[in-house]
Parts: sequence; structure tokens; C-alpha cells
Amino acid sequence: MYAIYAVWKRELLVYLREKERLVSSFISPLLWLFVFGTGIGGGVYAGDGGASYQAFIFPGILTMSVLFTSVFYGLYIIWDRKLDFLKEVLVAPISRSSIFLGKALGGVTDAMIQGVILLAIGSLVILPIHAIDLLAAFAILFLLTFFTTSLGLIIGANLHSQEGFAVISNFVMWPMFFFSGALFPVSTLPAYLRIVSDLNPLTYAVDALRFILLDQSQFPLYLDIGVLVGASIVLGAIGIVTFGRLQQAK
Amino acid sequence: MAIISVDKLTKRFERTLAVDRLDLEIEEGEVFALLGPNGAGKTTTINMLCTLIHPTSGTATVAGFDIRKQSSSVRKSIGIVFQEPSVDDILSGRENLELHGMLYKMPNPGRKRRIEEMLELVGLAGRADDLVRTYSGGMRRRLEIARGLMHSPKILFLDEPTLGLDPASRKHIWDYIEKLSKEHGTTMVLTTHYMEEADYLCNRVGIIDNGKIIALGTPRELKNQIGEDIVRLKGMEAKYLKKIEKLPFVTKIGKEDDYIAIALKNAPDNLQALLSSAGKVQSVEVREVTLNDVFLHYTGKEIHQEEGEGSWFDRVMHASGTRA
Repeated sequence: MYAIYAVWKRELLVYLREKERLVSSFISPLLWLFVFGTGIGGGVYAGDGGASYQAFIFPGILTMSVLFTSVFYGLYIIWDRKLDFLKEVLVAPISRSSIFLGKALGGVTDAMIQGVILLAIGSLVILPIHAIDLLAAFAILFLLTFFTTSLGLIIGANLHSQEGFAVISNFVMWPMFFFSGALFPVSTLPAYLRIVSDLNPLTYAVDALRFILLDQSQFPLYLDIGVLVGASIVLGAIGIVTFGRLQQAK
Repeated sequence: MAIISVDKLTKRFERTLAVDRLDLEIEEGEVFALLGPNGAGKTTTINMLCTLIHPTSGTATVAGFDIRKQSSSVRKSIGIVFQEPSVDDILSGRENLELHGMLYKMPNPGRKRRIEEMLELVGLAGRADDLVRTYSGGMRRRLEIARGLMHSPKILFLDEPTLGLDPASRKHIWDYIEKLSKEHGTTMVLTTHYMEEADYLCNRVGIIDNGKIIALGTPRELKNQIGEDIVRLKGMEAKYLKKIEKLPFVTKIGKEDDYIAIALKNAPDNLQALLSSAGKVQSVEVREVTLNDVFLHYTGKEIHQEEGEGSWFDRVMHASGTRA
């Protein structure tokens, strides 16, 4: 446990020192919310319920921003391995599962700090959020970011070059975002694309957040939570195994 | 009793054999250098001894623990200074040490005290709370040495500890290594491709090339295999070679470009006799035998031939065998 705490603390210290990274990570969600959400999107939207389009995409944009932050956080270990940064931790007398969990929780913390700030902005400007709903949203964000950080770490641990970043971005992150129902209700997708969306764990995070914040949903909440817990456990386990095999990159 | 004992250690990366059935014993308290050109297998060997990579075959015991089966006990017994920077440069020196202490589960009152001690030891106490980003290369290396020693390891591995440092910082690091060895008795294993470093710091040197140790001994022993001094003659006619070969004090003759290099005993006394047998020459250079000559003797190549590292100044210093 102490080792997990040590690895996590390092990640947090580094994150808090890099204020530029924190600030820049807000640019794109705010653009999506306030430019896309009020501009073009408003005219296209034909969703159900009474919420504005901006409010409708708010859970999706929240999901997107923590997705990008946490997956990129995980992918960063490509750099860590190229340099010797990771060696210091790999050579310490601590288990590989503590390294994975410490790193994953570090990414969760980074992404959730961002998520909480976005939630605060959202509740002030876009839609009022009750305290209890904030807590519920917080719990969903935790599950979501554990899943996405683990995904990033696993991909990062298996990649050997930074060219991977663009590939992962184009082939994993943007598809996950578009098929998650973040920008439009997935019920408007043709049936064969719905399959993709139903297999995407992000769909359930967006659905759960939309239920909590807007009272709109297409799956029952227990299913959303079940899928997120399941995805987190599966990726956590794969991550622990992957880190167990991790050697210094040549 | 050997503190490190290496038994047919082998590492193969796809098609290249990086380390080839290496055998080696290192005694407690020794300062030992693995000396060789880039790609000789030094870092791979160290990485295996530190349990960072798994050997393809063979094994080693480090502080009495098997690197294949008892990696956690090995890790507790060793400290490492890596070749590439591995301190976080947006954290302060003290924060880096603090995190290291936590990773090694050092309990707190002792941890804080140990951090102060280490900062004092490497002369960074005054800059401890500055971000590492603001440190010079030499200061960073000193911080890494402090970090490597913080949990009081039995053995400290240093992978190219002075690579990329200017001569003054290099000397500084050497002083710390010497001090640590003398005052704390820590066993140190370092890799280097700087001849003078191995010569100056180490009790014993293993010359490594293509994954094999090709010569092993104290710097003096290794150099004595060649001779004591080297005389380089330019423009000597080849017909005198036979005559020189027969001189009793000549130990070895080699050709380097348009120079003839002659290894001999006691150049100050024998130079006259040598020159009188060499006919007309354009220039004469006399110097002591260096480990570079030993390397050349065993491998037929210069240690720096295939490397791109180090400044022009460094390379000149090495080529001439001068101690920085």
C-alpha cells in the first residue's frame, strides 16, 4: 500500500508542478461546450427531453476531456521508458502491481481534478447540479478514469515509439468518443453502428453521467455501473500483468 | 567472499548477442570498472545485475541473492546511478530524495535525517529546495549518486557516471566516488568508456568487448602486459623494424597509420638505444602505456573508434591518454 502511495504521490507532485498542462487541458472541452455546443450543435440537435444541446453534450464533453487526459497520461510512459525515468521505479524493491496501481491512481487523480473543475464550471454556467448528484458524478468519473488510465498505460507499455500517439489518438480515442453518444443520442445511429456503440464502455459512462445530471438515459444505471466496474477490473488486471512483464526498453 | 558472482550470464536481443556467457567475481569493498566501447554489453550486464532485464541464460548472485529468483532481495541491496538522467527535473532535489526514500519504505524520522546527510555528502544542501531543472549536469549526477546511496545499499552501480560532463565536474564526481569507497566501504561497480576514469578510480578493471570480458586485472597488471611506455616514431623506414624487435627492452611493436608504436620497458633509460637502432625519424613521441593501449592490444581497435559521444576535447584527451 505504501509503495502505491509513493508512486501516486510522485505523479501528483509532477502534475501539480506542470500548471501549463493543467490549463491547456481545459481549452478543448471549453471550445466544445461553448463554441460547438451553442453554435452549430444547437441547430442540429433533435434529442429528447427539455435540456439545451449544450447541457445535453456536457456529460459527453466531460467524458471526452477525462478520456484524453487519462489516456495520454498513460501513453506518457513511452517517454518514461525511453529515458531512464521509469527505471528508478522499476528497480525499487516494490511489486510491479503497486507500480501499476500507483501510476493508474495518479492518472485518475489528474483526470479527476480536471473533471471536478469542469463539473464546477458546468454547474455554474450550464446547468445547476445538486451536491448529491455531484458526488454521484464523481464516483462515475472515478470508474471511468480508472478504465481509461489503465487503457493508456497498457497501450503505452506495449508501444515502443512515440509515433504511436497519433495512431492511438485516431484509431482508439476519437472513435471511442464519437461512438459514446457524447454529441448525439446513440439511438439515432443505424443498427450496425449501434453495435459498436454498445460495445464501447464510454457509452455507459456518458449514459450514467447524463442520467445523473440531466435525468436522461437509455440504459438502467445499474447496467452503466456494472459495465464500468467490469471494464475497470478487466483492464486493471491486464495492466498488472503487463507491468509484471515490463522490462527496460532497449 | 565475492559480493557479486556472475555465472555464464548471457543476453540475446533478437539477433544480437549483447552479453556472451560472462563470468566474473567482484569482491566486497572493491571499486570495479567494466570498460569497453559503446555496444560492448556494459549497460546490458548492469541492467541484468540490477534485475531490470532478464538474462537469456546463465545467472548471477548479487549480495548473496540470485538475480533470477530473488530479484526483490537484490533490489533492496543495491543502489543505481543510471546513464540517462532519471531524476524528476520539475521536482526539487529534496523531493526527489523524499520519493526515493518512500519507494524504499524508509520510515520517517530516519528518512528526513538521511536526506540531510546525503545532501551534505554530495554538497547539495544549499540547493536542496531548488528545482532540479536549475541544476548543472554535474549537480544532477551528484543528486543521483545521493539518491542511489540513500537506502544504504551494499553495492552501488554507476552506469557511465561521468558521461557528458565537463572535465571539472568529472573530477568532482571522481572525488565523491573515491570518498564513498574509502569512508563507507561501499562496493562500486561502474561502467565507463573513459580510460582515465577506470585507471584513476578502480581497483580492478574488466575490459569488455562484444559481450565478453577479454582482460581482467588491476590497471597496473593490465598495462604491464603491454609494457611501461610507448614510443611513437613517425617516418621510420620499415627495414629497421627487425633490429628493433631484437632489442631486449622492447615488449611490443605495432603500426598506427604512418607511425610505428613501440611498447618498451623504462623509456627514460632506453630511449637513446632505441633511437640509435631506428635510423632517421621525423618525430618522436614518448608516453606511458594507457588502458587504451591494452584495449587496442586485445581487440585490434581503439575504444573510441565507433563512438559519437563526448566532445572533441574529450576525444583528444583520450587519444593522447592524458589524465584529465
